[in-house]
Amino acid sequence: MVKITFIEPDGTEKHVEASAGISLMEAATRNGVQGIAAECGGQCSCATCHVYIEGDFFEQVGPPEGDEEDMLDFSDSRQANSRLGCQVPVSDEYSGMVVRVVGDDG
Amino acid sequence: MTERIVIVGGGQAAVSASMRLRAGGFTGTVDILSEEPVLPYQRPPLSKAYLKGELDEDRMYLRPDSLYREQGITVHLETQALMIDRVKRTVETEKKSKFPYDRLILATGATPRPLPDEIGGGLENVHTLRTLADADLLRDKVRPGQRLLVVGGGYIGLEMAAVAATLRLEVTLVEVQERILNRVAAPETADWMRALHLDHGVDLREGVGLRRLVSDGKQAVLAALSDDSAVGVDLVVVGIGVRANDGLARAAGLTVQNGIVTDQYCRTFDPDIYAIGDCAVFPYRGEPTRLESVQNACDAGDYVADHILGISTGPFVPEPWFWSDQFDISLRIAGLNRGYDRVLTRPGEREGGLSVWYFGKDRLLAVDSLNDPKSYMAGKRWLSAGLTPRQDALVDPNMPLKSVPTEAAFSTVSKATTT
Repeated sequence: MVKITFIEPDGTEKHVEASAGISLMEAATRNGVQGIAAECGGQCSCATCHVYIEGDFFEQVGPPEGDEEDMLDFSDSRQANSRLGCQVPVSDEYSGMVVRVVGDDG
Repeated sequence: MTERIVIVGGGQAAVSASMRLRAGGFTGTVDILSEEPVLPYQRPPLSKAYLKGELDEDRMYLRPDSLYREQGITVHLETQALMIDRVKRTVETEKKSKFPYDRLILATGATPRPLPDEIGGGLENVHTLRTLADADLLRDKVRPGQRLLVVGGGYIGLEMAAVAATLRLEVTLVEVQERILNRVAAPETADWMRALHLDHGVDLREGVGLRRLVSDGKQAVLAALSDDSAVGVDLVVVGIGVRANDGLARAAGLTVQNGIVTDQYCRTFDPDIYAIGDCAVFPYRGEPTRLESVQNACDAGDYVADHILGISTGPFVPEPWFWSDQFDISLRIAGLNRGYDRVLTRPGEREGGLSVWYFGKDRLLAVDSLNDPKSYMAGKRWLSAGLTPRQDALVDPNMPLKSVPTEAAFSTVSKATTT
């Protein structure tokens, strides 16, 4: 299991253990993390799972591409470390990752 | 004092409402009465990735069992609500149990309209697609080379056809109206979708209805069509719309008209009873409206929880959006095009991408984004802010979407200016 900390829009920290292979969005919703509506269920169609990947982990995760980039391009909350959680599969190397939930998109 | 909340229905709306109640600090009991044999799951992938076999069952569930337990939300499976006693404020279930409530949320969803039995609706290989069980049945039957007839050229029918064609079935789709997506989209969008399906080998027949299915006693083997032609079939999927599950509400004396009628607070005329999601009719831009979408189920679920807890006192203002995946493209729709009087198109940045913009009285109502996510996001943001793009700039392909000037849409009823 991979330990990930989600910071909800109101600042509450939630520590979750996620299995590798599921997405950050799934890791969040399965553990009741607030601020991720995930309306489209992970199809990169709603942008309601916008997150910031904090610190050095963003480089490991890499930037968005294709549809995801186009969706984020129009977000007011876009930052250099923005990703849609549904497009980021959890990997074993992500243990200790901190993910900030944007919560105002979609 | 609200201490007991009962939710009838175990879909997306029930999950959103129940989780939001806890997030908002509600400490009373929350009971979800679900007719399903399994925990609430995502419905949209049933006609997309799940049917194609690209998504495992365990990823279909909206929340794990452990989270409901942790949150103190009790999901009663295979539990059908039989009667609401509005005087005693109880819901009676078939197991002779009574669930007393202080607030009742009806989130009963909708049921596909069946093909009438007299034209073959009851045959073994005739399916509708709404539940996980429906999709599991179909998943076993969508095999290469099988001949599939899809009845209905709405989104469900088109998604079914796309999945089946991808899996190399021989697919015929009939739509009795003059064109596909007749009720929900402009001809420009229908043209684009038609071309996509024809490209992938779907035999798409518009203005052609199903007269009847001919059976071998158990299975449909031949479909007689309204143009006097016939096609051989191994499998039939019917996607001719849904009916709101409003019988329970009607029997309880609540107002029902193509769904459970609610006010701007998602409440029936009984102030203790709310209705949300596919089963509910609510005022939107001055007209009674029923939406069949995940967005609506999520938003109304959240809204009702906030309203019950007094966190939200203003009206429910939905921001409709929809999506569909067909073949390797995504269609995204922001807004609701009802009442449009003008359609403008704009080529997408990608090859073959297109956006179809709907205006009513010069005000932006909706956009269909065909393989063009940027137009969807732009449209969604403009609609949410109550803005309308200038039409001459919008149709200019050299004008980046971000630079298209906008103006406040007059007589807007969206939450618009307050955000």
